[in-house]
Amino acid sequence: MKSNRLDHVLLVAAIAAAWQLLYLAAGPNVISSPAETLTRAVELLRTQAFWDNAANTGAAFGMASVLSITGGALVGLWLGLRQFAGDVADPILGALYSLPKITLYPIILLIFGLGISAKVAFGAIHGFFPIAIFTMNAARNVSPVYYRTARIMRLSPAATIVTVLAPAALPEIFAGIRIGLALTLLGTLIGELFASTSGLGFALIRATDIHAVPDITAITFLIFVFAACVNALLHAIELRVSHDG
Amino acid sequence: MASLGAHISLSGVTKTFESHRDHPAIHALGPISLEVEPGEFFSVVGPSGCGKSTLLDVLSGLGKASAGTIEIDGAQVNGSVPDGVGAVFQQDASFLWLNVWDNVAFGLRRLGMDAAEIERRVRNALAFMGLTGFAKAFPAQLSGGMRQRVCIARTLVLEPRVLLLDEPFGALDQQTRLLMGDELLRLWRETGATVILITHALDEAAMLSDRVGVMSARPGCFIDIITTGWPRTRDSRIVAEAHFGSITSRLWATLREQSLRAISGN
Repeated sequence: MKSNRLDHVLLVAAIAAAWQLLYLAAGPNVISSPAETLTRAVELLRTQAFWDNAANTGAAFGMASVLSITGGALVGLWLGLRQFAGDVADPILGALYSLPKITLYPIILLIFGLGISAKVAFGAIHGFFPIAIFTMNAARNVSPVYYRTARIMRLSPAATIVTVLAPAALPEIFAGIRIGLALTLLGTLIGELFASTSGLGFALIRATDIHAVPDITAITFLIFVFAACVNALLHAIELRVSHDG
Repeated sequence: MASLGAHISLSGVTKTFESHRDHPAIHALGPISLEVEPGEFFSVVGPSGCGKSTLLDVLSGLGKASAGTIEIDGAQVNGSVPDGVGAVFQQDASFLWLNVWDNVAFGLRRLGMDAAEIERRVRNALAFMGLTGFAKAFPAQLSGGMRQRVCIARTLVLEPRVLLLDEPFGALDQQTRLLMGDELLRLWRETGATVILITHALDEAAMLSDRVGVMSARPGCFIDIITTGWPRTRDSRIVAEAHFGSITSRLWATLREQSLRAISGN
C-alpha cells in the first residue's frame, strides 16, 4: 500500500477541480471558490477568535479521544478475554454502535449542561463503541498457540496480557482507534453544532446564521484539513505497529 | 547450553473430557503408563484424533489428567507447568511484533536474568539454529522453517530438561523436515534434554527416536513400543539403511489397523 507523492498531488488537484466545478454550478450563495476559501482561511488563522475556538474544540476532542480509547480498549479487552461475556456483549455492542447517537444528545445536555463536558461525553460515546468492538475482536483473534506458549513459559495472567496478548492484538486495535477517533471528532463537532457556546462547530453554525458563505466554507475546509492530518498520523502509527514487516 | 535431561514417569494416566451441553463425555486417553529415561528421545505416533496432543497437554501441565500420576524428576505434574519444561508447537508461535533476537530473548527477560547472560545465551542459540544473520529480521520476513527455528531457539535458551514437540515440522516441506530433524538431533545430543516428539510422520519418528510409542485409536493407549537401536550420533542419512525400512514397516503394520479404525469412526 505504498503511495507516492504524485498520487497525492493528483488527488488534491482532483478535489480542487471538483470543488471549483461545484462552485461554478451552485454559485457563491452556497459555497466559496477554492481560491476565496484559502484566502479567507488564512485570514481566519490570523484571528484570536479562531484559535480560541480551535483550542476549545481541540481540548474537547483530546479529552473525548482519551476517554474513548481507554474505555473502549479496556472494555474490549475484557470482553475479548471472557468468552461468555463477549458472546453476550457482541450483539449489544453492535446494536449500540449502529444507534443514531444524536438522539441521545438532549439527555446528555440535560446531564452535563452546555459546557465542554457535554461535547466530551458526546464525542467519547461515538468513539467508544467501534474501539471496544475492534479491540474485542482483536483479543479473540489472538492465536491460541500464543496462550499455550505463554503458559509453557509460566507467565502470569497479567504478564500474558501485557507481553503477549496486547502486542499481538495491537495492529487490529489500532485500526479500531483510527475509525473511533474519526467518529469522536464527528461527535465533538456535532455537539458543538447543536448546542454549545464555543468551538469550531459553534463558529460554523454562527457563520451559517448570518449566511457568511466564505466563513462557512473556510471553517469547513480547516476542519477537513485537521481531520485528514489526524487520520494520516494514526495511519502512519498503524503501519509502524503492523506485523507485516 | 548443557542441561541434564529429566526422568518422566506416567502411571495410569487417563483423560476424559466431561460432557458439555449436547456433547457426551469423551474418554480421550489412556490408561497410559510409561517411563522415559533422562536424555531419551521418545516419539509418539498414532492415528489422527487418538489423543497424542492430549497426552502432551497433560504431560506438560497445560491440561489436567483425569486420573493417574505424572512425575517429572519425581515432582508431580498436576495441571500446572513445572520448571524446566519447554514446548514447540505445530502452529507458528513466533511473536510477530518482536524481531528474531527479541523473540529468542523473550523468556530470559521475563525471568529477569542479567543482560550479559541473556546476550550470551541468545547469541549461542542463534548461532546453533543458523539464525545469526537474521537477528534483526521480523518473523513476517522469514519462511515457515525459519520461524520454527526461532521458536526452537526461544525454547532452547531456557535450557529445558524436557523438550516437548507437538508436530513441530508438520507444516514444513519434506526436505526442510529432514534437515530440521538433523538439527533437532544435534540439539538433543548437545543439551542432553529428554525429548518427547508427537508426530504423524512415521519416517520422522523412525529416524529421530531411541524409542517410538505407537498409540491406538481413541482412547489412545500404547499398543507397541519399538526400540530403534540407533547410535546417539545418528543423522538423516540413516533413512537409506535397511534397518530404517524395517522400523517404518513395523510401525506401519501396527498403525495401519488403528488408522482404519480411526477413519471408520469406531
